[in-house]
Amino acid sequence: MEIKILGSGCMNCKKLYANAEAAVGELGVSAQITKVEDFKEITKYGVMRTPAIVINEKVKAFGKISTVEEIKKFIQE
Amino acid sequence: MGVITGLFSWLNAQLLKMTWLSELIRLLVEKGFGLSIQTRLGGSIHFFIYDVIKIFILLSVLIFVISYIQSYFPPERTKKLLGGVKGIKGNILGALLGTITPFCSCSSIPLFIGFTSAGLPLGVTFSFLISSPLVDLASMLILTSFFGIKIAIAYVVVGLILAVTGGTIIDKLGLEKYVEGYVREAENIDLEPIELSRRERVEYARDQVKDIIKKVWLYVLIGVGIGAAIHNWIPQSIVENVIGQNNPFAVILATAVGIPMYADIFGTIPIAEALFAKGVGVGTVLSFMMAVTALSLPSMIMLSKVVKPKLLGVFIAIVAIGILIIGYLFNAIPFILI
Repeated sequence: MEIKILGSGCMNCKKLYANAEAAVGELGVSAQITKVEDFKEITKYGVMRTPAIVINEKVKAFGKISTVEEIKKFIQE
Repeated sequence: MGVITGLFSWLNAQLLKMTWLSELIRLLVEKGFGLSIQTRLGGSIHFFIYDVIKIFILLSVLIFVISYIQSYFPPERTKKLLGGVKGIKGNILGALLGTITPFCSCSSIPLFIGFTSAGLPLGVTFSFLISSPLVDLASMLILTSFFGIKIAIAYVVVGLILAVTGGTIIDKLGLEKYVEGYVREAENIDLEPIELSRRERVEYARDQVKDIIKKVWLYVLIGVGIGAAIHNWIPQSIVENVIGQNNPFAVILATAVGIPMYADIFGTIPIAEALFAKGVGVGTVLSFMMAVTALSLPSMIMLSKVVKPKLLGVFIAIVAIGILIIGYLFNAIPFILI
């Protein structure tokens, strides 16, 4: 599984990244989490509000810091 | 009619101006500290405590209510609403949507790219970008609280005119080639809108309040501190000569000082309030507030990543000139407002 955190490296993006790590850890799934900070890449997903979370190339949430619980649901979808 | 206006001014005095709080703090300063608020120190302490509490109450309540309303107007929706609207109508709609679309300078780049890639005219995007930090419901209510309804409405109206005119000029100048190449080449993607439940909207509004307080509390304290100093320690004559009616360049000075400053309306208002109380012209005060909110170093640095220096320069020049015109205009005709 591939999880991407889109955002320019602001506080909120770091929090979202930490939440994603926690969710992956709690579920015990194997996933690769990467940060995407380049605006060219971010806009390829059509995201206009950061931070956003992308799982397997699908935008799951944007413009908010998804909680650990929410990310767990995204992973299980 | 008399009953209604009476009721309105009572509500304004109690809810927005919070005269009850002013009285309460006066009692605290007089009984608690044993200082009359007529003295310099007592007056400063009163100004500081009263303004800090008032601003934080207004900030929390207003941001909550406004974020709730804003959750219905995400930028994804704004982008769609603006698509296909041509000419000055597009600029007007862009400026109006700028007032209700939630906006944060950290998102301004993806938003700019999103709008541009959707084929929105450059001028419409700039009308949005000018009005968004400058005019919103929160600033309107907070201005009503500090300066009264007439100045608040004047601020909103001239702010919108500035956004529409600025965007239209940028459109007419045909500056599209000064947008960075990768922005123009970006593909337009429409995301599935995320439907929010009422609970999620409440959560969103609550998070916004927390985020914004975390972001601005220091600016508010600094702003109120400067305001208290102006209010009680700096002699009237100095204020009048430097930035008051005695200096014909007061508006230029206020704008030049305000542009690089980075604060939102909540940090600016106590300074503006104190200047106004010292007899600084209403136009000068408006110019200062507009310069601080509409143009700031961080937002210029952000914008410089998506547009070339020439377009950035034109944008700054148009907004700055607009602010100067507004300042001199309102200084010349203050009797309409007061």
